[in-house]
Amino acid sequence: MRSGGWLLVALAALVMIAASADFGFSVHMGIVAAAALAVVVVTLRKADDAQLAGLPFSRQPDETRYDDDPVRWGVLATLFWGVAGFAAGLYIALQLAFPALNLGLEYTSFGRLRPLHTSAVIFAFGGNALIATSFYVVQRTCRARLAFPSLARFVFWGYQLFIVLAATGYLLGITESKEYAEPEWYVDLWLTVVWVAYLAVFVGTLVKRREPHIYVANWFYLSFIVTIAMLHVVNNLAIPVSFVGSKSYSLFAGVQDALTQWWYGHNAVGFFLTAGFLAMMYYFVPKQAERPVYSYRLSIIHFWSLIFLYIWAGPHHLHYTALPDWAQTLGMVFSVMLWMPSWGGMINGLMTLNGAWDKVRTDPIIRMMVMALAFYGMATFEGPMLSIKAVNSLSHYTDWTIGHVHAGALGWNGMITFACVYYLVPRLWQRERLYSLRMINWHFWLATLGIVFYAAAMWVAGIMQGLMWREYGADGYLVYSFAEVVQAMIPLYVIRAFGGLLYLAGFLIMIWNVALTLKGRVRVEKPMTETPHNPMSDRPLPAPASKPIKPALAPTGTLVPAE
Amino acid sequence: MAEKKRLDEATNTETVGHEWDGIEELDTPMPRWWLWTFYATIVWGLAYTIVYPAWPLVSRATAGVWDWSSRGQLEQELAAEEAKRAPILSAIAATPVSELQGNPQLFQAAVEGGRAAFRVNCVQCHGSGATGSKGYPNLNDDDWLWGGDIEAIHTSIEKGIRQPGHEDTRMSQMPAFGRDGLLPPDQIADVVAFVRTVSRQQPASAAALRGKALFATNCAACHGNDAKGNRAVGAPNLTDAIWLYGGDEESLTETIYGSRNGVMPRWGEKLDPVTVKMLTAYVHSLGGGEAKPVQTAMTGAAAK
Repeated sequence: MRSGGWLLVALAALVMIAASADFGFSVHMGIVAAAALAVVVVTLRKADDAQLAGLPFSRQPDETRYDDDPVRWGVLATLFWGVAGFAAGLYIALQLAFPALNLGLEYTSFGRLRPLHTSAVIFAFGGNALIATSFYVVQRTCRARLAFPSLARFVFWGYQLFIVLAATGYLLGITESKEYAEPEWYVDLWLTVVWVAYLAVFVGTLVKRREPHIYVANWFYLSFIVTIAMLHVVNNLAIPVSFVGSKSYSLFAGVQDALTQWWYGHNAVGFFLTAGFLAMMYYFVPKQAERPVYSYRLSIIHFWSLIFLYIWAGPHHLHYTALPDWAQTLGMVFSVMLWMPSWGGMINGLMTLNGAWDKVRTDPIIRMMVMALAFYGMATFEGPMLSIKAVNSLSHYTDWTIGHVHAGALGWNGMITFACVYYLVPRLWQRERLYSLRMINWHFWLATLGIVFYAAAMWVAGIMQGLMWREYGADGYLVYSFAEVVQAMIPLYVIRAFGGLLYLAGFLIMIWNVALTLKGRVRVEKPMTETPHNPMSDRPLPAPASKPIKPALAPTGTLVPAE
Repeated sequence: MAEKKRLDEATNTETVGHEWDGIEELDTPMPRWWLWTFYATIVWGLAYTIVYPAWPLVSRATAGVWDWSSRGQLEQELAAEEAKRAPILSAIAATPVSELQGNPQLFQAAVEGGRAAFRVNCVQCHGSGATGSKGYPNLNDDDWLWGGDIEAIHTSIEKGIRQPGHEDTRMSQMPAFGRDGLLPPDQIADVVAFVRTVSRQQPASAAALRGKALFATNCAACHGNDAKGNRAVGAPNLTDAIWLYGGDEESLTETIYGSRNGVMPRWGEKLDPVTVKMLTAYVHSLGGGEAKPVQTAMTGAAAK
């Protein structure tokens, strides 16, 4: 019955190939047909119980355990797409410094690889991390198994199909030309179906929860899922040129289209990369630190103020454009008011370590989380600052924006995802511990150094670029041509690519670490903490024999403070 | 799970009493600095929306107390810049291009203006140092296709190069000797050998000797019997080491086979006359500018 439905989908896709109006669309329908046929095969094989045992990751549902299969797949998908996205990013960073790397091919040109990079890191790497952790967290904080288990599996595989269609589309030149919303109409429709299924699984699990209250992480996850659905649907309203072709035109025109796009674009940052990842933070930081969340009241106030204010901030992407002044003003003041609500998450995350600050020294996962929160705080201060029109008039269209985005993406989203995956892997695959904690430390430092190189280079590049563009000479003429500014950027582009290389190298160490953990290996290594402790000296001075002497030196020779 | 409030020892703070998968929450009050900074941004935000255009009404938005608009600000800034430049610009406008150099201060101002305009309009082809590249002449040297005195440069910029159908544009057309069947390949090779000999890139040869005769009948009308070119028709000097499309065998063969006939837009219709004059002064100042106007038919037209 179910496999019959998928067979119909495959057949429909094959008909679409025959009727298709352009090459890209037929490639995409070929992918859809292959995916649907794969589902048919797997469904038919699953009917045979004997074969079920042989399939990896397929277990008999055990109602006494959480349903973690989609979580395991999601963790692996996060790592897989992470490599793809980071490598694409490094490659296009090198293209900026060495344009010959465009290779003269349309498929490898910067314009096509750039959306491939952004979508791979945000939606493939970040999206899989969000789906996996949300399924993990919602079950545990609701003390209930996932609602609609088949739908949850559909969400995972449907989302992977969306990623493949989007990525191949970029390479083929299929694009709506809306930043972070490049996929064309039929891919958007597919994502809508997947996303509604995601919402159903998540809300269904919340409904069947065995806890009286809904944990704060789930508020954030829910706000992320609901808002992304709304943003995605509205921004992608479009009229296809043909129902068997890839091209469509937006329902909006001119400045309305621009405003809708940046309402979407900014809140993709706000609800995908901020609210969703704060949800991860709210579960995994207290778990890893084994400490209570710092402030319940702060979590309520900063949650509601964050989601209320974020949704209005989009116009700051359109300062000094055809957008009416009043909308620019509102975009700016809402962005500035957003500063403290954003920082509420950082405070609640960092202060949760009260009583466990020593773990920053001893626990590399906590160290990653702290660094992630620090970059989150920095990026959410920088954002409101860049939204101020006077600052924006310098920073807009420069690489400062790229630096800002990457401080947030590499520092906050990347680091918190790494930390969560390190937390999840031994638990999901029932390993004693990770293969190596010291390799986490290497990953931490490579990533941190990479971000510093990256962000510093882009700040310098962006500010230099902005100043050069606007520099007037004594005679009242612009001093630099555009090409001269490009020339001045090249060394900074090289430094940026070097930072990206370090970040990717750290991630490859993570892949290695996780792979060996999955194989069940445990690295023999010195423990992370080596604080010396001498039990002999750890005692009060002996009582004075005759007259009292001031305590000066402990037996080991360390100075004891006089009280 | 029951509501179990307890005192957290490490922070000496009470918990709220909820617990999820082992996670509890402390009942810490919101940090005061956080709350007051948040209030401050809200108050600032409200004040800002009163001062600047912000609240959408039925047909238009509130204008703010200063009636500020980004367009108004831009117009003001442009007007201020224009006012600052006005005396210089009107002086340049009033001075014929041939007399610009008579006033060194004015000429220098024109050069600066031209430098800026060059960066916007000309670097795409001529390069940011005006050093040119294949097909786009280097403007720093004294090798001029159409003349290097200030009036000739002005005409080239104002009227453009090879803009068919436009009066006074620099016009000439070298035949595509190979493509149009005027010369067979072996004869083209001979002409190439001759050109490479007169430009002292290779020693005289039998081919060059044959090429010399072909040159005299096919090329000398424009390039001259001595192959030193003719500025009236933009025919380059072939005896020096400066090549617009390359002086190697392959490039020369391609040039003679298909001809090149490079073009430049008529900047006179895209830019205002003062900017064209300033560009002229800048290009002339680059090093190759010639002092004395050479009287040709073209310069007469440019002086108007």
